[in-house]
Amino acid sequence: MHLPDAEQLLADLAEKIRPDVTKNTVLVGIYTGGVWLAERLHQILELTLPLGALDVSFYRDDFGQIGLHPQVKPSNIPFEVEGRHIILIDDVLYTGRTIRAATNELFDYGRPASIRLAALVDRGGRELPIAANYVGATIVLLEDKMLALEQSNNGKLSLSLYDKIPPG
Amino acid sequence: MNNNPQLNKNGELQHLLTTEGLPASILLNILDTAESFVGVTARDIKKVPLLRGKSIFNLFFEPSTRTRTTFEIAAKRLSADVVNLNIAASSQSKGETLLDTVNNLSAMHADMFVVRHSQSGAAHLIARHVRPEIHVINAGDGRHAHPTQALLDMFTIRRYKRNFRNLRVAIVGDILHSRVARSQIHALTTLGVPEVRIIAPKTLLPAKVERLGVHVYHDMAQGLKDVDVLLMLRLQNERMLGACLPSSEEYFKHYGLTQEKLALAKQDSIVLHPGPMNRGIEIDSAVADGKQSVILPQVTFGIAVRMAVMTILAGN
Repeated sequence: MHLPDAEQLLADLAEKIRPDVTKNTVLVGIYTGGVWLAERLHQILELTLPLGALDVSFYRDDFGQIGLHPQVKPSNIPFEVEGRHIILIDDVLYTGRTIRAATNELFDYGRPASIRLAALVDRGGRELPIAANYVGATIVLLEDKMLALEQSNNGKLSLSLYDKIPPG
Repeated sequence: MNNNPQLNKNGELQHLLTTEGLPASILLNILDTAESFVGVTARDIKKVPLLRGKSIFNLFFEPSTRTRTTFEIAAKRLSADVVNLNIAASSQSKGETLLDTVNNLSAMHADMFVVRHSQSGAAHLIARHVRPEIHVINAGDGRHAHPTQALLDMFTIRRYKRNFRNLRVAIVGDILHSRVARSQIHALTTLGVPEVRIIAPKTLLPAKVERLGVHVYHDMAQGLKDVDVLLMLRLQNERMLGACLPSSEEYFKHYGLTQEKLALAKQDSIVLHPGPMNRGIEIDSAVADGKQSVILPQVTFGIAVRMAVMTILAGN
């Protein structure tokens, strides 16, 4: 299957976000791919407020089934959340469960003025009433496929498609 | 199958009973996870929903304020329901056995027991006895082990010294009665600290302690030379004055950590103490409150480390 160029999608996404950026806008990336994208968008959009990063492991709804994810990274929100316009950045939007977790985590830092969602790829398959405000591309994929954003040593982003390992 | 009672059949942590015999990967996973919880405990809302609906019983058969409180805070910050049982003052004094107490609490659908007991092996006994979905954390058993204290010490050391590979660490004081020292020695050697020293008078050392891979010193001036980390121990006054030591003044003169003695260690060395401190006996106030002391950060990190242990256990 032909996958779009992640670098081109990133450039498109930045231009879709740009008209909505205000002095009070902050970007928050979701680990791991979303943080890479947020770092790049932060540069492209020349934002002055610092960047946030979320690891949603402590807010996931599948902890009871699969336990803690093995590589938890510290979340880092180096600004007051109260009253900010937050744009959440994720690489692949799928079930919506990660976004639910990220939203809940943000509210434990304060009450933002608004939260919007930007995703590089929307692959459908939502299990919650969640939609992105900015999307790089929409790709329809079968359930047994996994779409992942990867970063090469020189920082270049690309998309790869994998077969999901069946459970057990 | 393995025969380590702390691990399940997949080699994951089922109970935390001692640092002895745990692989470095499990210790490091606890420390790494705790890094993420440090951020949580610094927020306005210091709570995550991980253990919502779980019941954690603090079973303290021996008095403790700090350890019990930090376990309680850790559990509450994970959104668990916590019940504190001060058993020295309850059923046990009416003759109920340890396992009957545990059976009764299991029937109340406990998910986790945090156990402090004056008898070595008490937490092991409970861990062998409970149903497989229940997890046990040893919060100190007799002279045997106090694994969460050792882990929070390792976390503190890594925070200030970055890694364990080039460190000289000295454990100072009452090694004989100390479950903390035993757990520290196992953790330090597993994590690859090349030189672990213990400094104590002969009467406060267990027999054949060298077998644990430590270097023994009886003199502070020699033992502290070029040391990066000083792990002070509490002199357990209540257990031994008269029998092991002539007097606490005599002890302070030879083994109490003063600024003069600390100056023998490296300039950037750090001082840890598990608390509660006996000021003027094992540590001078000028050191305890000095700039090389990381004793209060230890307490803060202790909550994050206990959150990490509870979360990892509950997830396995």
